[in-house]
Amino acid sequence: MSIENFQLETIPTPKEEDSFLKGVKDCIPTLLGYLSIGLAAGVVQKTAGLSIAEIALISLMLYAGSAQFIAAGMIAVSSSPVAIIVTIFIVNLRHILLSAALSPYFRHLTPLRNMLVGTLLTDETFGVAINQTVNKQQISEKWMHGLNLTAYLNWFIANIAGAFLAQWISDPDQFGLQFALPAMFIGILVISMIDRNKIKLDLVVAILAVIIAVASSFVFSGSVGVIIATVIASTVGMVLEKWK
Amino acid sequence: MEVRWDVFLIILGAALVTFIPRVAPLMILSRFELPEWGMRWLNYVPISVMAALIGQEILLNDGKFSPIANNVELFAAIPTFWIAIKTRSLLGTVLVGIVSIMILWMFF
Repeated sequence: MSIENFQLETIPTPKEEDSFLKGVKDCIPTLLGYLSIGLAAGVVQKTAGLSIAEIALISLMLYAGSAQFIAAGMIAVSSSPVAIIVTIFIVNLRHILLSAALSPYFRHLTPLRNMLVGTLLTDETFGVAINQTVNKQQISEKWMHGLNLTAYLNWFIANIAGAFLAQWISDPDQFGLQFALPAMFIGILVISMIDRNKIKLDLVVAILAVIIAVASSFVFSGSVGVIIATVIASTVGMVLEKWK
Repeated sequence: MEVRWDVFLIILGAALVTFIPRVAPLMILSRFELPEWGMRWLNYVPISVMAALIGQEILLNDGKFSPIANNVELFAAIPTFWIAIKTRSLLGTVLVGIVSIMILWMFF
């Protein structure tokens, strides 16, 4: 992808823009994955002693899977608020990379409208959105809101349902649903790699990212491992592409 | 149905430190013409992030390395990858992944 393409195509073309409804539709494949994680989060949060109102609040305000699990666990053992907030900051820091990677496709928007696009950014909506960018210079704002809001609503419902189910289900990891999340990541990765037409380089970057993510999670935490892996593997990809 | 004051403050703080990394790059970077190397670098971020997340989900169990021989998720990943490559359908991939792990559980 060259920078010239970006300069040529900065004029919005509203007539060809993807609609809000198409965003809702494109979100559907991800619903099952996050429904299962959301249910599990609801169960864990309820078991950790959070009230239904608190679960509603945390799923709507924080809106982040792993962070909510960690928050629930730390609240349950009465960790200090500062420790909880710092931990969640680190866990969610990878959003910087996702947000940065999406930014070239939202240059047609004002900062305020970009803020609204980013507010509901998650791994899943990022994955679906970046797979939309093949041969495109920008992403439709309406489409992105359709995608984001559908995922957001699904997450909220799943959390609340999990909270109510907590009295009956102690182990939400039944029925193979916990594999929905890695399966979704696999789908997003494979589809984006096929569309990019630089399979060899992408494979090197992906394998490197896996090795670094696993190895560094032994030294640091899993979430720091993802950040380290992303930064190093992306840099290697950039350098290899340049020198090829 | 009550919200404790200290829990509310924790949620508020956590939400704020999550919100900023989500919106700041979109708000700031979209204002600038990024250098070519910057664009190239960002281009590899999706691949790296997804691969890193998959690696941790499949190869690690509670922060420890899962033994390869009885790592059900690793075996379930094989048909999942295959279907993703063949169909390029996200929904199909998720469904095949779930069915694969359910079938594998019968054998492990």
